Amino acid sequence: MGAGHGHKLHFHGHSPVHRAPAHLKILTLLAFMLVVVATPREWYPVFGLYLLVVVAVIALSRVPVTYILKRCVVEVPFLFFALLLPFVATGPTTEVLGVTVSQHGLLAAWALLVKGTLGVLASLTLAATTEPQELLRGLERLHLPNQLVQIMAFMVRYLDVVTGEMQRMKVARDSRGFSARNPRHWPVLARSLGALFIRSYERGERVHLAMLSRGYTGRMPR
Amino acid sequence: MHVPDGFLDAPTSVATGAAAVACVGVALVGARRELDDKTAPMAGLVAAFVFATQMINFPVASGTSGHLLGGALAAILVGPFTAVLCMSVVFLVQSLLFADGGITALGTNIMLMGVTTVVVGWLVFRGLQVVLPKRLTLVPFCAGAAALLSVPVAATLFVVLYEIGGTADIPLDHLATAMIGVHVLIGIGEAVITFLAVASIIAVRPDLVYGARRVLARRELEVRTSTGAAA
Repeated sequence: MGAGHGHKLHFHGHSPVHRAPAHLKILTLLAFMLVVVATPREWYPVFGLYLLVVVAVIALSRVPVTYILKRCVVEVPFLFFALLLPFVATGPTTEVLGVTVSQHGLLAAWALLVKGTLGVLASLTLAATTEPQELLRGLERLHLPNQLVQIMAFMVRYLDVVTGEMQRMKVARDSRGFSARNPRHWPVLARSLGALFIRSYERGERVHLAMLSRGYTGRMPR
Repeated sequence: MHVPDGFLDAPTSVATGAAAVACVGVALVGARRELDDKTAPMAGLVAAFVFATQMINFPVASGTSGHLLGGALAAILVGPFTAVLCMSVVFLVQSLLFADGGITALGTNIMLMGVTTVVVGWLVFRGLQVVLPKRLTLVPFCAGAAALLSVPVAATLFVVLYEIGGTADIPLDHLATAMIGVHVLIGIGEAVITFLAVASIIAVRPDLVYGARRVLARRELEVRTSTGAAA
């Protein structure tokens, strides 16, 4: 772990998008997505325009398009849901390639697909161009309650430590011949979870004491 | 599964966002009673734990697997207010740093998977604790029952939200049957794993389990000396 390494989605760069203040980027993302979500789904050309805007920002940030596209896999479960919609929704039906589907469902699937994809692309762009520390400072400038920003700061800082600990436990299990295949193996995984909680909590206590001994008063120094 | 952008219409998203802000505000005040000045480091680490928990996949059958939501588990481990904060921060980080769950759906995600699971889980847990005898061995059972109910209730709330602000007209009864049916199954998995995890923590460090504090407080110090044997 360490500061300055960024997180897994971060793509190091010095483009104008990277340098833009984080609070502006967050606000822009939120405003953009609210507009996208509020746009009636029948305005097909407008969504093309939105896509152009996102692509232009990605191009400006000089983050490789393949880098963004590869990370779009988070969207996959919703693709399935979108594919299912034309078959379960009601209303007047129509024929596509010889299959009877619901018109409303088809329209809803299109809307879900296009709005969800725009959302994932835009969020990925923010994640790829903003360091976590910048993001936290941005949220602070947006007057997110201090307590919440601090919790998030600790979470981001210790995320890799805790997931690393979990990874080591997995290596330990695997090296002893364990492989989780069915619910009979749940007790082992659940006990690992318990151990992970105890370790995380005790680490939290140690961190807190270490901070107190260095003069922590409940606020982070600038 | 996180709700993405565009799943619910804009007014519903804004409304759930406002509701989430109110709930987090209440939790911020309440969490001070649970943890005082320790709140930030402890809740941060617990949030990291919840995040890691959601990465552990539990095999179900024939290659499929699922992961824990963790709302009820967090409520019992650290107390309801801190748990709401932890879950909210987890969703905020997932949305901003991992593009998991849309930013306009953040309020919806916090309300459904953060606030609802925590509140329902905690209420069920406390309710059972009041009724059942105060014994440490019963805490994991109460936790399991809390997890069991919290997931279908969250799914029901999702169905209600979808009926208000959904973007496709799926017949309500179909959606409700499918969502609640699937989530009862997920709830059973969540219950078993929550039960096992809480039991394993209570076996080692019962003092860390917030939900067990009342039970621990009733235990009297038992002084066992060797005088009986020596005399």
